[in-house]
Amino acid sequence: MRINFKHEWIETNIGLMLVLTMLAISVGGLVEIAPLFFINKTIEKTEGVDVRPYSPLEMRGRDIYIREGCYVCHSQMIRPFRDEKMRYGHYSLAAESQYDHPFQWGSKRTGPDLARVGGKYSNEWHVQHLLAPRSMVPESVMPNYPWLMTLLDQSDVADRMKALRTVGVPYSLTEAEREANVKKFGEQVAEQLHIPDANKNLVEQANLGNYDGKPGVSEMDALVAYLQVLGTMVDFTKVNEDELVHSR
Amino acid sequence: MAITTFSSAEQYNFDIVKKFAIMALVWALVGMFVGVYIASELAWPLLNLDIPYITFGRLRPVHTGAVIFGFGGSALFATSYYVVQRTCQTRLISDGMASFTFWGWQTVIVLAAVSYMMGYSQGREYAEMEWPIDILIEVVWVTYLILFVGTIMRRKQPHIYVANWFYLAFILATALLHTFNNLAVPVNLFSMKSYSLFAGTQDAMTQWWYGHNAVGFFLTAGFLGMMYYFVPKQAGRPIYSYRLSIVHFWALGFMYMWVGAHHLHWTALPDWTSTLAATFSILLLMPSWGGMINGIMTLSGAWHKLRTDPVMRFLIVALSFYGMSTFEGPMMSLKEVNALSHYTDWTIGHVHSGALGWVAMISFGSLYHMIPKLWDTKLYSTKLVEIHFWLATIGVLLYIIAMWISGITQGLMWRAFDDFGNLQYSFVESVAAMIPFYIMRAIGGAFFLSGVVVMAYNIFMTIREAKREEAALEAKLAVKMAGLGA
Repeated sequence: MRINFKHEWIETNIGLMLVLTMLAISVGGLVEIAPLFFINKTIEKTEGVDVRPYSPLEMRGRDIYIREGCYVCHSQMIRPFRDEKMRYGHYSLAAESQYDHPFQWGSKRTGPDLARVGGKYSNEWHVQHLLAPRSMVPESVMPNYPWLMTLLDQSDVADRMKALRTVGVPYSLTEAEREANVKKFGEQVAEQLHIPDANKNLVEQANLGNYDGKPGVSEMDALVAYLQVLGTMVDFTKVNEDELVHSR
Repeated sequence: MAITTFSSAEQYNFDIVKKFAIMALVWALVGMFVGVYIASELAWPLLNLDIPYITFGRLRPVHTGAVIFGFGGSALFATSYYVVQRTCQTRLISDGMASFTFWGWQTVIVLAAVSYMMGYSQGREYAEMEWPIDILIEVVWVTYLILFVGTIMRRKQPHIYVANWFYLAFILATALLHTFNNLAVPVNLFSMKSYSLFAGTQDAMTQWWYGHNAVGFFLTAGFLGMMYYFVPKQAGRPIYSYRLSIVHFWALGFMYMWVGAHHLHWTALPDWTSTLAATFSILLLMPSWGGMINGIMTLSGAWHKLRTDPVMRFLIVALSFYGMSTFEGPMMSLKEVNALSHYTDWTIGHVHSGALGWVAMISFGSLYHMIPKLWDTKLYSTKLVEIHFWLATIGVLLYIIAMWISGITQGLMWRAFDDFGNLQYSFVESVAAMIPFYIMRAIGGAFFLSGVVVMAYNIFMTIREAKREEAALEAKLAVKMAGLGA
């Protein structure tokens, strides 16, 4: 039987038009997004790639990074080019942002990429640079952030970690979860990921690091702790480059 | 109520169209002012004034939100309600629902802007609204869908006009994109803060599937709906090709959804995904240009109107910018080009040739056509439309030329090596080199903004004159009636 298709059928039937339009616009996303959750190679799992979730202090620093909209001028995604390797370091791995809810890859470099800024500058440099960027880099167009010296709101650190746990970050609530983390990340990291100790851990890390050189935990302490951990979790001396290329 | 507008006011709900049309202008003024301000912050960082609420990082989503969702969104609501009523020859099915979409949507824009300045952000471009606002958007949007589809179901003739297909695709796609891109878990019920359901690579893909289709459906399909109604109306001719509009519609709707990953070339997203996206980006050139040709050729036989009618000129120049940016886009989605253009101002220039050249100009043209009809009068001044047209055109050109130069310069400086194989420039040297172009961009934006100020004045005077005419007419009638009664 030959069906003589007429577009008129669709044009005169709103139900048909709704269904067919919905079908047409659904395919692309389904084909490109859904497989990313199932194809194992999407996130590298080779040796040396030991990425851990953020400590409570770093996590709060990341919240401030998002609050201030840093991502509109700074990317966190190094591309596999010669110049980017020389300027920023090894290209970014998918594994490195696997606990980033949301991702902060960015889309614009009004300022430089920050994916591997951790450890490149001293804490003092970061503090001074955030307070008055042009005192460190005269040509910079970054705003001053004097209000980062205010005390960090620590009232809902555990709630934040619980929310992140709900979306899949392995922060531990129970003893069993804590032990699983010990196996996966080692004793020291597992301590940091334990939600019941969140506030204690946060204050301890801030005091130990004393990022801003002042007593009390400031927003500055948290933000600098976050910046200093960026890109430092993978030990590339242990990574087999061929395996990385294979998982592209 | 004036006697002259009585019949059409009875037949159609023009009140809601008027409200959205005016708010489109208000948000254009606000959003573009913020745009010029943040552009100036990049040229003169002192303008950040050490005030947390107005730093570039916090104001940038205020700018994008106010222009895309405030100006663009209100223009889409206004024109879609106008077009669906006119082409279906029926009234919107519910005045209450229409009113709810108006107040709901305006609340969304205000809450979004205030919350960004307060520091509440999801950290996802063009979807920075935190979860309570997202829920409000969802409710407003579903109401919009029901209202739009319901009105089409009450149409007086069998065929659904092509403009309505595009509005429908825009409404459906926006619902789909908004829902999946904003899946998040709040910290607690009384906290504005939430964390997205997805992380890293999957989150990036979801976000740019959303991000590019906000362009594809919110800023393209919806405005193509405008094009398919207002270009033929203003030209006084039928659309060039019916067949082309069918191909245009289905090809555009199907293909756009594949291209988002071209924002993630050379990243940690798997290659297969970004290659697929690049392929579809190239293919997308065909429906895009098909649509542009369909619009521009509608004017064939009436080309002289380009000389005599500045409203027509807005519409046609908008289509020309649409053609240009839909050529530039596929080109930038080639991996080799993208390696240079990504992360630079070139992308910003590209967005604005689409947003100012296409979206804003087609909206201006449509509003100039529609507003006098709504108030049953003539435009206060065609001369001012002419001035607006030139301010806008010069503004866009200054903007995109500045961004082409700065973008390509940035890209080349970042990858330049000296004779010894070292990087030739430090990053901050590339920042310093941008300053003249940042100033030029801010000036371009100021031109464009002043054009909108001229338009706002023109529209204000048009409405005032209309009300005066109406009052005079009523007074005359009253005298007549009194005379008859006596």
